Amino acid sequence: MILFEWLLDPANWSGPYGAPTLIWQHVVYTLAALLLASAIAVPIGLYVGHTRRGEFVIAGAANVLRALPSLGLIVLLVILFAPVFASDLAFIVPSLVVLILLAVPPIMTGTYSGVANANRAAVDAARGMGFTPLQVLLRVEIPCALPLIFSGLRGATLQVISTATIAAYVSLGGLGRLIIDGRAQNDYSQMAAGAILVALLALVVDLLIEFVAFATVSRGLTRRGTNRFSTVRRLLKPNRS
Amino acid sequence: MIEFQGVTKLYDGAPAVRNLDLVAPTGKLTVLVGPSGCGKTTSLRMVNRLVTPSSGTITLDGEPTDRMNVAQLRRRIGYVIQHAGLFPHRTVAQNVATTARLAGIDRKTARRKSLDLLEQVGLSASLAERYPWQLSGGQQQRVGVARALASDPKFMLMDEPFSAVDPIVRGQLQDEFLRLQREIGKTIIMVTHDIDEALKLGDQVAVMREGGELAQVATPRELLVRPADGFVADFVGRDRGYRHLGFAPIDNGLKLASEPVVQLGASPAEAAEAAIDGWVLVCDAAHRPLGWTDIARLRGPVREDDLNLSSTLAPMDGSMRELLDAALSSPSGRGVVTNTDGTLRGTIALGDLGGILAPLHRTGAERHS
Repeated sequence: MILFEWLLDPANWSGPYGAPTLIWQHVVYTLAALLLASAIAVPIGLYVGHTRRGEFVIAGAANVLRALPSLGLIVLLVILFAPVFASDLAFIVPSLVVLILLAVPPIMTGTYSGVANANRAAVDAARGMGFTPLQVLLRVEIPCALPLIFSGLRGATLQVISTATIAAYVSLGGLGRLIIDGRAQNDYSQMAAGAILVALLALVVDLLIEFVAFATVSRGLTRRGTNRFSTVRRLLKPNRS
Repeated sequence: MIEFQGVTKLYDGAPAVRNLDLVAPTGKLTVLVGPSGCGKTTSLRMVNRLVTPSSGTITLDGEPTDRMNVAQLRRRIGYVIQHAGLFPHRTVAQNVATTARLAGIDRKTARRKSLDLLEQVGLSASLAERYPWQLSGGQQQRVGVARALASDPKFMLMDEPFSAVDPIVRGQLQDEFLRLQREIGKTIIMVTHDIDEALKLGDQVAVMREGGELAQVATPRELLVRPADGFVADFVGRDRGYRHLGFAPIDNGLKLASEPVVQLGASPAEAAEAAIDGWVLVCDAAHRPLGWTDIARLRGPVREDDLNLSSTLAPMDGSMRELLDAALSSPSGRGVVTNTDGTLRGTIALGDLGGILAPLHRTGAERHS
């Protein structure tokens, strides 16, 4: 099976170009991009959803950023940044910027619509009974928004994991290495290994997020039953989000 | 006491509430009622400053609200809204405990309090760990009331609290709320568009008209007997002459005829002997009235199918309206009056009611002159 040849060769599972290292690099890029993107997108989404000010920014930004040509932008940024940064930063910063730009729209729209669609009557009741604006946000709007925040995060994660492969195009690590190098060496087994590992990584991370969501979102919102059998049923028949 | 002094609210220069002067007395339920767009909800929401008045002052026990910290002000006032507004991510017990926790009560005490309150609003403690989506609309509304009460506020604002549920549940909630209010005696302002609800619940009813003006403030009985103008008369409704009887209790000395009765299974001969003018009243073994039977149509012993169920029953502690209705709805023309435990007390013929109602009518007329 040429498809699994590379993966089954023990020599490819150690060393600086072995699969574990590449997976680790891929995970680090992904996490860094998601953390930075969340640091930008979540506060904006919360602010706009809570105050209903600047809703046009959300829609506009989401549309513009979705039409982003990732590869073109990364090359452009490398050319622009190369004189500014010494060392690997000249490649890392452009890659991260592109991944962040990709991750911001889904997280931002998810957060915004989660907060904006939090039960209006509940929010009115919260204000009327004397919650401060911050308490309304922290105790009512954010808990109610969690399902949509997580779904935005999942969308962003999948996109970042798959797009992080292009970092290899500007001579960085990650699973993209296997695809780019495999192509250069006409080693289709290596390319297949890259594709399979990216897909597996995406699946595993998606499941992880699903699990965190499962653990943190109130059962009052997911409307899951209160007994363990319904939990089992749900696990057998995974998410509808 | 909640007092509005010359309160006006303008939206884009157009008045939603115009120069409102109103006192909601301590321990009483004041109802704001009027057609949609009359500014009643705006008035209510100005009390806890969810809406800021354009001019004028609102005071709580003499203290102007505009000088208070807004969160502190709201925590002093229970707030109940139309769709309950429960927090969907919190259990029923957590929802109820919310206001107690805001008032600084510790978690354990707040929880005990919330369980007590659930019982007080007629909900089983077994619902405490449910989430709002698992409750019916009526149950959610009860939880909403319990939540408002958990901080034991002196004042309460209720915005159409019973209008999102079906008429039968609404009636139950109203009755139970009246009973509760008799115990707790909060100073309440309630908004409704339903004049019947206003007349039923209010100690005092403030009728508002479009443009945010107060048309009349009066007791429910006075509104029916002496509406201030055509608008109020129209709004109060056509059958106000009949409805004001709802505020007149049945006189304890009311003379009733004793009614011969039979039980289910009685033979046609027994029924015929007990019948007056062709109708006989059927009771159960505990002497509680079940319905009337037309002896001309009996084809054997009295069965449940033979009962005419059209008549209403007037309890002795009820109103003259119920008494008149019992007589009007009875196929025999004799209104059935029961004791408070539901057993038969006696009957009164429709013809005899005129003499009893006439003095009531005179008092109405005197008040009018």
